[in-house]
Amino acid sequence: MGYFEMAKTAIKTVMSKPATLMYPARPGKMTILSRGHVVIDVSRCISCGMCMKKCPAEALCVDKEAKTWTIDRLRCVVCNSCIEVCPVHCLTMEGHYSSAVLTHSGLETFTITYVKPERPKKSEPGEPAEA
Amino acid sequence: MSKKIVVPFGPQHPVLPEPIHLDLVLEDETVVDVVPSIGYIHRGLETLVAKREFTEYVYIAERTCGICSFIHGMTYCQGVEQIMDLEVPARAHYLRTIWSEYSRLHSHLLWLGLFADAMGFENLFMNSWRLREFVLDVLEETTGGRVIQGSCKVGGVRRDISNEKLSAMAADLKGFETELVDLSEVFLHDDSLKSRLVGVGTLSRTDAYDLGAAGPAARGSGVAIDLRKTGYAAYRELRFEPATESAGDCYARCAVRIRELFSSIDLIRQAVEKIPEGEIEVKVKGTPDGEYFSRSEQPRGELVHYLKGNGTKHLVRSRIRTPTLTNVPPLVKMLQGCELADVPVIVLSIDPCIGCMER
Repeated sequence: MGYFEMAKTAIKTVMSKPATLMYPARPGKMTILSRGHVVIDVSRCISCGMCMKKCPAEALCVDKEAKTWTIDRLRCVVCNSCIEVCPVHCLTMEGHYSSAVLTHSGLETFTITYVKPERPKKSEPGEPAEA
Repeated sequence: MSKKIVVPFGPQHPVLPEPIHLDLVLEDETVVDVVPSIGYIHRGLETLVAKREFTEYVYIAERTCGICSFIHGMTYCQGVEQIMDLEVPARAHYLRTIWSEYSRLHSHLLWLGLFADAMGFENLFMNSWRLREFVLDVLEETTGGRVIQGSCKVGGVRRDISNEKLSAMAADLKGFETELVDLSEVFLHDDSLKSRLVGVGTLSRTDAYDLGAAGPAARGSGVAIDLRKTGYAAYRELRFEPATESAGDCYARCAVRIRELFSSIDLIRQAVEKIPEGEIEVKVKGTPDGEYFSRSEQPRGELVHYLKGNGTKHLVRSRIRTPTLTNVPPLVKMLQGCELADVPVIVLSIDPCIGCMER
């Protein structure tokens, strides 16, 4: 009797559909909370550097002078802490994993396009008032 | 009297997911002595405690192990909370318990699969891991990560689970349990498995106690040590008995783990029933000053995090002692006198997690 314990499961498995997904043909499972990779909205980033300070893997670098936001995809541990601390919510988590890095260092640099809106009262003489 | 020869086992061996090296001293086919050596994947995670803020070190503590990551994070948080006298909300305690038990389910199912694989039972291996996928899906839905959950923080948890989701989780466990019963029948009653496990790698109760066996290795020999009985997190409000077997062989250790799977399901159900409403975290003010030994029950046994702070935002010292380290001396005892062909099964029966042992 003890030799046929597996038979029930084996027959059931043969009769049923495969348990695995044919991955590239069918998309992988993803949930709302899934942590894939960090995405930045460069038009809203105020270069405060909070994400850089709170990154436990030291994968982020915010350069205020050069107006760039750099992420090292190979260092990033996708922990979600930069997204939690971002005061303007310009960082979001994408459910899909990031694609393979193309550079040796894994660095991805984004140029921040955010322009600080001018205050109406305190206009500076050198710049033309747009808004 | 035949000549003694030494056969190296590992660090690279088909049965070992991680590197540990054993020098097996053989007389014919019988193992007479074993010399273990470790140190292949030391990463220096404990040193990082002085370089990261104590709130950020949770992420590193979690990454000590890839299987029981949640419990590592939780034990670290517990330690810091005790040093700082933080009162964690009851809901956070319950959520931690639920996630811990799901981690235990997935760890034990992973182990059952590897164990079946070590004996060449491929079909059973695949089926164990297919069931494990259900647990990983639940973890991903509730925390965002399959293996590294990242949902524990100093002072509570980072994510809540809605009450509807909790009830759905408890309801889904029913189908899972039915499949688990089928799986455990094979592990416990199949003759080919029994012939590989019964009476192999026996560890007596006295040896288990004296050599400091932890977790299922100890409980398989009849030592009823289960840290969950000390009542950390929400365990003090839940009913359960540590699973013990008296035989002390590989079969007993396998049976203990299978019984723990069912007790984990029961604990999750109880926790879902009893979970109170309320906050999930408290605000952390100040810095830790003092020291604490934080203990918890990992799937593999007792886990200890020793933490020491000096009033700055960096802790001074973190020391992690994982159950695999204490299970190495009992492993040496188990291997003495066994056949060479049984070595892979016996080594796996303590569920070695080398990555977490060497940190």
